[in-house]
Amino acid sequence: MQTRYKNIYLIPYVLWIVLFVIAPILLIIYYSFFNIEGHLTFDNYIQFFTPVYLKMAASSFWYAFLIMAISLIIAYPTALLLTRTKHKQLWLLLIILPTWINLLLKAYAFLGIFGTYGPANTFLQFIGIGTKQLLFTDFSFLFVSVYIFIPFMILPIFNALEELNPSLIDASRDLGGSPWTTFRRVIFPLTLDGVKSGCQAVFIPALSLFMITRLIAGNRVITLGTAIEEHFLVTQDWGMGATIAVFLIIAMAIIMILTGKRRRG
Amino acid sequence: MKALVRAFILVFIIAFAFMFLSSRLNATQDFAGGGKTLTIYNWGDYIDPQLIKKFEQQTGIQVIYQTFDSNEAMMTKIEQGGTTFDVAVPSDYTISKMKEEHLLIPLDHSQLPNLKYISPRFMNLSFDKGNKYSVPYFWGTVGIVYNADMLGGKKITSWNDLWDKDLKNQILLVDGAREVMGLSLNSLGYSLNDTNEAHLQQAKAKLNQLTPNVKAIVGDEIKMLLANEEAAVGVVWSGDAAEIMSENNKLNYVIPKEGSNLWFDNMVIPKTAKNVKGAHAFINFMLDPKNAAQNAEYVGYSTPNEKALKLLPKDVSTDKRFYPDKATTDKLEVYDNLGKRMLAHYNELFLEFKMHHK
Amino acid sequence: MKKYKALNIYLVLVFIILYAPIFYLIYYSFNSGGTMHGYGHFTLKWYKEVVQDTRLITIVLNTLVIALLSSAISTMLGVVGALAIRTVRRAPVKNTLLTLNNVLIVSPDVIIGASFLILYTIIGIKLGFTSVLLSHIAFSVPIVVLMVLPKLQEMSPTLIDAARDLGARRWDVLSKVILPFIKPGIFAGFFMALTYSLDDFAVTFFVTGNGFSTLSVEIYSLARQGISLTINALSALLFLFTVILVVGYYFIVQYYRKPRRQGAGE
Repeated sequence: MQTRYKNIYLIPYVLWIVLFVIAPILLIIYYSFFNIEGHLTFDNYIQFFTPVYLKMAASSFWYAFLIMAISLIIAYPTALLLTRTKHKQLWLLLIILPTWINLLLKAYAFLGIFGTYGPANTFLQFIGIGTKQLLFTDFSFLFVSVYIFIPFMILPIFNALEELNPSLIDASRDLGGSPWTTFRRVIFPLTLDGVKSGCQAVFIPALSLFMITRLIAGNRVITLGTAIEEHFLVTQDWGMGATIAVFLIIAMAIIMILTGKRRRG
Repeated sequence: MKALVRAFILVFIIAFAFMFLSSRLNATQDFAGGGKTLTIYNWGDYIDPQLIKKFEQQTGIQVIYQTFDSNEAMMTKIEQGGTTFDVAVPSDYTISKMKEEHLLIPLDHSQLPNLKYISPRFMNLSFDKGNKYSVPYFWGTVGIVYNADMLGGKKITSWNDLWDKDLKNQILLVDGAREVMGLSLNSLGYSLNDTNEAHLQQAKAKLNQLTPNVKAIVGDEIKMLLANEEAAVGVVWSGDAAEIMSENNKLNYVIPKEGSNLWFDNMVIPKTAKNVKGAHAFINFMLDPKNAAQNAEYVGYSTPNEKALKLLPKDVSTDKRFYPDKATTDKLEVYDNLGKRMLAHYNELFLEFKMHHK
Repeated sequence: MKKYKALNIYLVLVFIILYAPIFYLIYYSFNSGGTMHGYGHFTLKWYKEVVQDTRLITIVLNTLVIALLSSAISTMLGVVGALAIRTVRRAPVKNTLLTLNNVLIVSPDVIIGASFLILYTIIGIKLGFTSVLLSHIAFSVPIVVLMVLPKLQEMSPTLIDAARDLGARRWDVLSKVILPFIKPGIFAGFFMALTYSLDDFAVTFFVTGNGFSTLSVEIYSLARQGISLTINALSALLFLFTVILVVGYYFIVQYYRKPRRQGAGE
């Protein structure tokens, strides 16, 4: 019975994987063995393990982690509060809506907002803190990155919360659990799957973030994504770009296996 | 389930309605006869759209205008094929590369009578001797834009002025390895096409000392940031400088006295061309002094067309900052194609500079 | 209900931040100055320019067609994929599938774009509408899977077994039990796919051709010359249009549902 069920779903999906995932991966691996002059070599892999790239990899992971953590901290209460609003589906849609405006335009808007004479600094002055340099700092970089990724975190968490059986919460309350205990013992564990898929949907693309590193961080933050971009589009050293991509894919695979281990009933 | 099916059907209906609308819009633009098309591959907003209309009316050829945002991305597209581009507008060093990879079709000068209007200064340049493959479209320099008000009346005349301690956190650099390495090489008195390893390392070490002064290394947004007075000094291309200065008149542009880069964007016919004759007609059309002048006024960059220059307003054509005389341009250098390996090395050094923190 | 009032301030704050850059863009779309700084005076000329620019309108329509079609198709494919992954029992196979699924999310766009371009030229697909649509479907599938899968995993297997034991055929199990249950996940996936498609620049750039262009490609290639406020005006119009559509649709659905829902208390 089981086998009969699984075959049919696998066909289109595996077809997609073979065409649009396996084929590009093979191409990437193939390119990673060629140096800039088109000779077959391992040089790219050796070069990856030099301090420049290792430092870059470390900072990519660090920033991706920060972006994920901050997104989670902001997104969870947002999702929780959203589930208690009257027109929750509508509000949820309104959370996604800003993502449909072109990213470059929004980045330009942020350049203006965080600028020396922008509204953010006017506000800081108003509350008595005074003008600060906001642009090209870690703060603005993290702020805008979280801004971009947060809908991807809110959505799965919201869905997980929606599924929660309200009688469970009532039960916990009836048993004398404080709101915090209820949250820690009942709500959070039961929405862990949503949290997990939210974290994946944020952390993984955040690893290869680019453009924002230049626009908002003024190239003060250099990530692996920036380096790949540069190798493909500026130096046209596809080999090195592909090598970094291979490492990104390996890193992602490790993350998936680690977070996917816990099996639920 | 029902809601799901209904929603998806609705999405498909809307999509097909839009598709129909879009094809109707295209149809109204179509030309009755001929059916000949010409695909132009250019930077965004780098031509006066009125000129395209004029060309279409004159020749009956329908123009398809497609845009790119970097030389390298454009080259990749042409290399891979799959699309027909009849005319493209790459920068100088890209032309050498494209020549090497045999991506260009030689021009037939007999079909380009208007070529005679291009100033001899801008013909026969190092990247394309005898203009076998390319015709200059716009040209310019790399220099420094500065806001004298923000600097307390201080003037900047040279690259070395950038290292001034007073400029702490005041400089915006353009995100280009050749430009930034080049300014450091120039400031040391070396050529910006230098390939001597000791010189390059020296230039990189000098750049590291510049870090306290650098506020950010940015792309095209540098124009908006400078016009908005986010920083007092910026290293930019002259075309951008003209645009920034038209928005903020406190700014000034200077070509540093140690020398700098002289750049050209050029029209070429890539090997993907299907309508080679139409491509020649288009290039010739753009070389026509009246059209070239109209285009220069729209885009705001410096035209290499001598006759067109005469048609421009006096205050534009005599502005030494954007139309420097021959004595000045003779001291400037065009980027040589240094080869992939050297270019990668430049980028590596530039990357290390970016990662060097204060 | 009352104690949530204070908490709602938090929600309001989140919304203000989410919409701040958009209102900033809209504010400047009325600027006669021509740039996003230094406000001149109020003007509608950028809106006039949008309406007159047939090329721009065609591009917008293309963008919407690609976004809607690719999201719908990739959602279907993604749901099937999530079902496939769930049905697989062996952990290593499951992990491999999941990892492969995420490759396109982690790979930078340039790489995806370049490798798709090579792929299409090898297979011989003409660059243009078809190649762009295929690519958008391809890179939207994984996010749909990521959105649908947790929903599926929440479903208790006994529910499905029960349905089967009662003699339900596979199609019935799917349409009457599984799909209704994972509906929120499906919609989430669809909207995320829409986001991916509307925002994508790099992949589209590489795989497009023959005069076909989307709004993102157009905007990015404008950057060197400076993005004109016409684009702001256009974004403002699109934004307004979407808001009306979303809110309107929602309340229409609510209106028709109301009589049945009364008393259920929401």
